[in-house]
Amino acid sequence: MGELSIFRLEPSAKPWSRISLVLVIVSAVFFTTTLSAQQKPVVLKAGKLLTITHGVIENGVLVMENGKITAVGPPAGANAPANAQVIDVTGMTVYPGLIDSETALGLTEISAEQSTNDLVELSDEIMPHMHVYDAFHAESELIPVARLNGITNAIVAPNDHDTLPGQDSFIQLYGNSAQEMLTIRDIAMPLNFTGEQRRNESWDKRKYPSTRMGMAAQLRQAFLDAQEYVRNQADYEKKKADFAAKPANDSVKDKDKTKKQPPTPPKRDLKAEALLPYLEGKKPIVLAAEDASDLETAVSLAREFNLKFVLNHISYSQPVLDYVASLKVPVIVGPIYENPKPNERYDAVYSLPGQLVKRGVKIAFASYDAHNVRNLPYQAGFASAFGLSYDEALKAITINPAEIWGVADKLGSLDVGKLANVVVATGDPLDVKTDVKQVYIGGEAVSMTSRQTQLRDQYSGK
Amino acid sequence: MSHTVLRFRLGPVLGLVLASCLAAAQQSSSPPSHNEVLIKNAVVMTVTHGKIPNGSVFIKDGKIAAVGENVTAPAGATVVDAGGKYLTPGIVDSHSHIALDEDVNEATSPITPHMRMIDAFDYQDKAIYRGLAGGVTTSLLLHGSANMIGGQAIVIKHKYGLNRDAMLFPGAPASIKFASGENPKRVYGGRDQLPSTRMGNFAVQREALIQGQEYMRDWDDYNKKVKNGDKDAKPPKRDLKLEALADVLRGKLMVQIHCYRADEFLTEIAMAHEFGYKIRAFHHALEAYKVPDKIAAENIGIATFSDWWGFKHEAWDAIPWNPVMSMRKGVRVAIKSDSDDFARRLNQEAAKTMRYGGATEDEALKMITLNAAWIVGVDDRVGSIDVGKDADVVIWDGYPLSSYGVPNKVFIDGDVYFDRSLPGYGMPHYAGGQ
Repeated sequence: MGELSIFRLEPSAKPWSRISLVLVIVSAVFFTTTLSAQQKPVVLKAGKLLTITHGVIENGVLVMENGKITAVGPPAGANAPANAQVIDVTGMTVYPGLIDSETALGLTEISAEQSTNDLVELSDEIMPHMHVYDAFHAESELIPVARLNGITNAIVAPNDHDTLPGQDSFIQLYGNSAQEMLTIRDIAMPLNFTGEQRRNESWDKRKYPSTRMGMAAQLRQAFLDAQEYVRNQADYEKKKADFAAKPANDSVKDKDKTKKQPPTPPKRDLKAEALLPYLEGKKPIVLAAEDASDLETAVSLAREFNLKFVLNHISYSQPVLDYVASLKVPVIVGPIYENPKPNERYDAVYSLPGQLVKRGVKIAFASYDAHNVRNLPYQAGFASAFGLSYDEALKAITINPAEIWGVADKLGSLDVGKLANVVVATGDPLDVKTDVKQVYIGGEAVSMTSRQTQLRDQYSGK
Repeated sequence: MSHTVLRFRLGPVLGLVLASCLAAAQQSSSPPSHNEVLIKNAVVMTVTHGKIPNGSVFIKDGKIAAVGENVTAPAGATVVDAGGKYLTPGIVDSHSHIALDEDVNEATSPITPHMRMIDAFDYQDKAIYRGLAGGVTTSLLLHGSANMIGGQAIVIKHKYGLNRDAMLFPGAPASIKFASGENPKRVYGGRDQLPSTRMGNFAVQREALIQGQEYMRDWDDYNKKVKNGDKDAKPPKRDLKLEALADVLRGKLMVQIHCYRADEFLTEIAMAHEFGYKIRAFHHALEAYKVPDKIAAENIGIATFSDWWGFKHEAWDAIPWNPVMSMRKGVRVAIKSDSDDFARRLNQEAAKTMRYGGATEDEALKMITLNAAWIVGVDDRVGSIDVGKDADVVIWDGYPLSSYGVPNKVFIDGDVYFDRSLPGYGMPHYAGGQ
């Protein structure tokens, strides 16, 4: 895991957490399991390399070996290993695998068919102990469709109908099993404060929380309960230690037999436990709001509990972008296809990414989709027609999300030592006309077929 | 994910309307009745006769009066220098539900042909403006797909800021919406009513058409008696619902059918043959690639998505190659929005067909202009840059068939309705926000 601490408002107060420590270790192990799949070194030569971190290399060479990028550069600077498969990619553009910062991949198959959906648990609004990895369907037909357009990594998140719907996982869109694909489990936790989470469908059926006041109070109580849980745990640990330290025959208290019993451990509470790594600032909260007022309420809540956070959506927060910049946190922005409010100009949301970057905010795009995750790069392209520079648009689906999710040492650019998640395409990755010819994940050329290409071929008489 | 969920609601496109705010600001000025405009120095994408690199378009009285490299205009004409930008016909959206507030579906009976969308037309809906800013100049506003036979559509021009009647496309033929498949069976089956299956769907439709036949016969008999001088002839009772069905059978309404699956195209075609009406287009038509020859043989168009799929079971076999595979087999293909979101960027959606199946520039552009206009029934009026057609023209920033194409100016009937360079909303005929 890379450094997730850069967005923290305050330094971590409490190093203690049995549970989250275990999870961090587990995550780190998973991230390395797919590295060994590449059979033979691959050299891509004569391509236009969009390195992201060090410019564009025309007529460049990229070497992938043992799942990693081992050389990037002009022909003179790169030595091909002797047994390498050399592929001439003249006329092609080569870029790092794209990273989608919010998807529902593996949680749905056919939107309208409830039996295929595991998007969110609606029985309660506070569900931090839901883990998308428990539902993640690795064999989903949607994953190859996304992968074919160069999306190699993504955040999988529960949908936003709860304030705390559960924890996200970071996935690689390729692997033999869910275990291989879920590269970082419980990487972050959404906290949704857009108003959609109110239980106010009708006057008759409304229940708590049916207002934003209710949402905030309920969230506050959940975090307080988790803090209480930590205290109870600490008390228990102290009592246990005291008990163990006491001499066997304490003459003073020998009369009271009950005091000799070991302390009872507090009842375990999965919800509280799930919140601990976030209360301790070990992992980021993904704080979703759209309107400026919701944004400010949500940020106040996060500060009250000293949460480390990144922002999500903020589609209608144009009036407070300087405030957003002052928070010094990244923003997962979009979808920029949200309609503006009726009194706003047609491009009020299209131009948001450019407005944020102008103020020095680090942004990443997300498709917020499952079936059409493949269209992620077009959102970045479109934003670049509304004030976002092309380079920043490209970074917002590569190196920026890699940094935000703490994986920039492995993903997000064509740099030596990074995972060989590499895309070869006919041109500009952000343009709708560009065709992706080959995707490499961990240096392995993945099959460029999906259920959709199979149907195409079947009905084309192929 | 709220974005996605909203998109696939049965009655999509619930445009947000601030009527109170808009009412005061509506219609700051009316367009001139007579105008002469010369747009010069444009890359003119004509759709019908290729691309003119250094082209000009002369507009007179709202019509295209001349197109070419060397176009002369009277000294008094307003000159617009396009500065080398691309110029295309205005986009035609052949499947839209904007500006109907929440009145898209009269989902209380599976047969409602007497519904008229004009009665729900909310001409102040900002979605009209946002589509205009995306280059859309004409839209077919359809009833929803809850009913096997829905209501009668209207065709509008996106002259945002004008009054209701000024926004209707003059002389556009009338269309009626049919549907099939999952939506009607879900709506009525969910209430334990007929239809709850595809058998039920088609039985309901057939029954209605038979009633329409009987009504038509009664009136034909009556009219014949009157013509023969029978003074005692008693007119049948007028029934709006049956009258609309009779209009379908008489060919007075173009039939636009919401239909996804290959088997259902064939059933709909068979039923049209049985009752003697023509199907103008299948809408959505995501499995057209499975039976393109059957659709082409009937001269039925399709109004489809570029790459939507998987939102329901009947969209599970949707593939992004559908438009081009169908086109190559002779089907007239349009890309439509069915969404107040996609209506703002249909140019990108059309461009996807260049990637999925290799449509040429002209073919891709045709899918959102001339072919769409044919489906709406106004291809003799709009959809290409040809002399005599309505001067509905878009000048683009960037290349329109890409991720980067954004309308710079949109002309309708020769007058500028959207100009990106203007502050506020960018609308010369609408004062709100400026």
